[in-house]
Amino acid sequence: MPIELAGAVNHSQYKLVMSNYTEDELAKDLENQEYKFGFTTDIESDKAPKGLNEDIIRFISAKKEEPKWLLENRLEAFALWKMMTEPDWAHVKYTKPDFQDITYYSAPKQSKKYESWEDVDPEMKETMKKLGISMEEQKRLTGTNIAVDFVMDSVSVATSFKSTLKELGIIFCSFSEAVQDYPELVRKYMGSVVPTSDNFYAALNSAVFTDGSFCYIPKGVRCPMELSTYFRINEGGTGQFERTLVVADEGSYVSYLEGCTAPQRDENQLHAAVVELVAMDNAEIKYSTVQNWYPGDKNGLGGIFNFVTKRGICGTNSKISWTQVETGSAVTWKYPSCILKGDNSIGEFYSVAVTNNYQQADTGTKMIHLGKNTKSTIISKGISAGKSHNSYRGLVQIHKNAANARNFSQCDSLLMTDECGAHTFPYIECKNSSAKIEHEATTSKIGEDQIFYCLQRGISEEKAIGLIVNGYCKEVLNQLPMEFAVEAQKLLTISLEGSVG
Amino acid sequence: MITINDLHAKIEDKEILKGLSLEVKAGEVHAIMGPNGAGKSTLASVLAGREDYEVTAGSVSFVGEDLLELSTEERAWAGLFLAFQYPVEIPGVSNINFLRTAINETREKKDLDPISAKDFMAMVREKSALVELDAKLASRSVNEGFSGGEKKRNEIFQMAMLAPKLSILDETDSGLDIDALRIVASGVNKLKNENNATIIITHYQRLLDYIVPDFVHVLFDGKIVKTGGKELAIELEEKGYDWIKEEIAQ
Repeated sequence: MPIELAGAVNHSQYKLVMSNYTEDELAKDLENQEYKFGFTTDIESDKAPKGLNEDIIRFISAKKEEPKWLLENRLEAFALWKMMTEPDWAHVKYTKPDFQDITYYSAPKQSKKYESWEDVDPEMKETMKKLGISMEEQKRLTGTNIAVDFVMDSVSVATSFKSTLKELGIIFCSFSEAVQDYPELVRKYMGSVVPTSDNFYAALNSAVFTDGSFCYIPKGVRCPMELSTYFRINEGGTGQFERTLVVADEGSYVSYLEGCTAPQRDENQLHAAVVELVAMDNAEIKYSTVQNWYPGDKNGLGGIFNFVTKRGICGTNSKISWTQVETGSAVTWKYPSCILKGDNSIGEFYSVAVTNNYQQADTGTKMIHLGKNTKSTIISKGISAGKSHNSYRGLVQIHKNAANARNFSQCDSLLMTDECGAHTFPYIECKNSSAKIEHEATTSKIGEDQIFYCLQRGISEEKAIGLIVNGYCKEVLNQLPMEFAVEAQKLLTISLEGSVG
Repeated sequence: MITINDLHAKIEDKEILKGLSLEVKAGEVHAIMGPNGAGKSTLASVLAGREDYEVTAGSVSFVGEDLLELSTEERAWAGLFLAFQYPVEIPGVSNINFLRTAINETREKKDLDPISAKDFMAMVREKSALVELDAKLASRSVNEGFSGGEKKRNEIFQMAMLAPKLSILDETDSGLDIDALRIVASGVNKLKNENNATIIITHYQRLLDYIVPDFVHVLFDGKIVKTGGKELAIELEEKGYDWIKEEIAQ
């Protein structure tokens, strides 16, 4: 059912109700599927008392031995946050978190920095192994060049390949280290893309963030390996507020990967991150995310609230490309965006969002065209199963001076059951008549005919669903670096595992 | 190869097959003809195991197994192939990947190792030539953007790759121009041997000019009402189906 939208301002919403016998069975099986990453690591942690006030912020800042300006930034953000209200425009329903019932700082006790992976605590290594980034994997990946920073709860544990990168002048370290070692860079760019006052969660993050990753690529340098961060929430009742800042100086290139998991818990845990990308003139940043936070159980109990602000800014002739595969979280609120400030700059957004059971996702992007000849591409693939709701929300904004701006958007939804919902909220604001904007949207259900066709060829139902879903997402998966694409494909298959009646 | 005995099947509450019996031996080609609504495609769907149909009576034995007890994929593993009247599109899944998955899963059931990439590609080249299928189509998404003729040739290509024991061609000639018809028929003829069998379901006689059947059956109102040699097909073409109806009425 293709739905064509053209014109200046659009706001549409549709929900499809399907009825199909086979899919009912499929739905039942999907409900019974369990989260594969539900384990906790028994590492003593160094926690702040619950609650949020100026003292907690001072505690975090002191713990991290931060400079005065940063503490002032935090306090200012906190003051702003207190005046703000939690946004309620997204197509999601949840009990708002009690911000006084969250632990804002939790560091694994062995928080010293490791020089090499061999020095990392065995228990922590086990965690990484379960996450699929075992030492062996790391060693194997050495050949394919991925440097990893691992953020557990609130603290960055180890960063590999630091010295290799250092030779090229590339900085890749935890955010706290960057604050200590490169304060002028951090001070210059932090908050330059996502200001403290941007939104409720960004302000909260600016007040209480504990760690994250920092990356700087010097002028003209092409980063020879994928840079990767793994985030994991381990402690119960903690929030993870990480901060990522990637700065690609003129003419440089970097591909950055981010993976997320969390253990299974009954209560909802909050994750409110801020990611800022700065692509200077002629630079390119490729940012890929595979997010598999705990989605809650089949009755909708527990799971991560993922309220994330991600945004990049492009200089002249530069390019920022966001690719995300989202299968986790109870509630997702996330819009990786591009500000196309420089002339001829390019913004891309490729997304696969899978929701199952009672998961809710409201995700999409904003493409802000400021410069001339700016281009943006949006490819969004939603897959809804169980009783979940999956929304695409996107804004394409063409400003007065953005002559010859181009946008192409494609939003596809795939429905697995008759109880789930797919919604699209595309907004287009155009103030320059030379702009060309295209929007295509389709909604389909996984075809019984397709499954029967596969079965008749001797492909079992589970494999058939894997094939069909991966085929449906191919345009997005193709954007991921090889190793990540394989992982994402596995994740999609796991998300739909056990779907055979 | 396959023995169908007094088969009854219904969809929703409508009985379509009303006591169909048929025996096909290895090395034989059978044509099943009949007017619209006689139950031809239902027979194909029931044999392949489509869930929309419910078998209410009768039995089907296929290579010594009770076919009706097998799931759709188990029937495929046992060597039953259906060339679809309307081949299905699977966007984003290449023909090659699709077939390799199918072949390897079938091999796995027979405790064989997965086929090597080299052997597989050699097989793709050989079999695609058989139906004059452009090698580029082999790497495109399954049936997506294929013309009607390409879709039907792709069905026969898949049949060649999977080397089934029994192939059921469901209205494979529909929508084909004369050249495509010749190519498809020639592919089927080349794949024919003494160990496999083919059931051709068709409305028209013209496909049978190219694939000569050993037996022609007339299916009418859910039953086979007349069986003959290839000359029966010609007679049907000349006289239409009405005389059969009259014959039954007597």
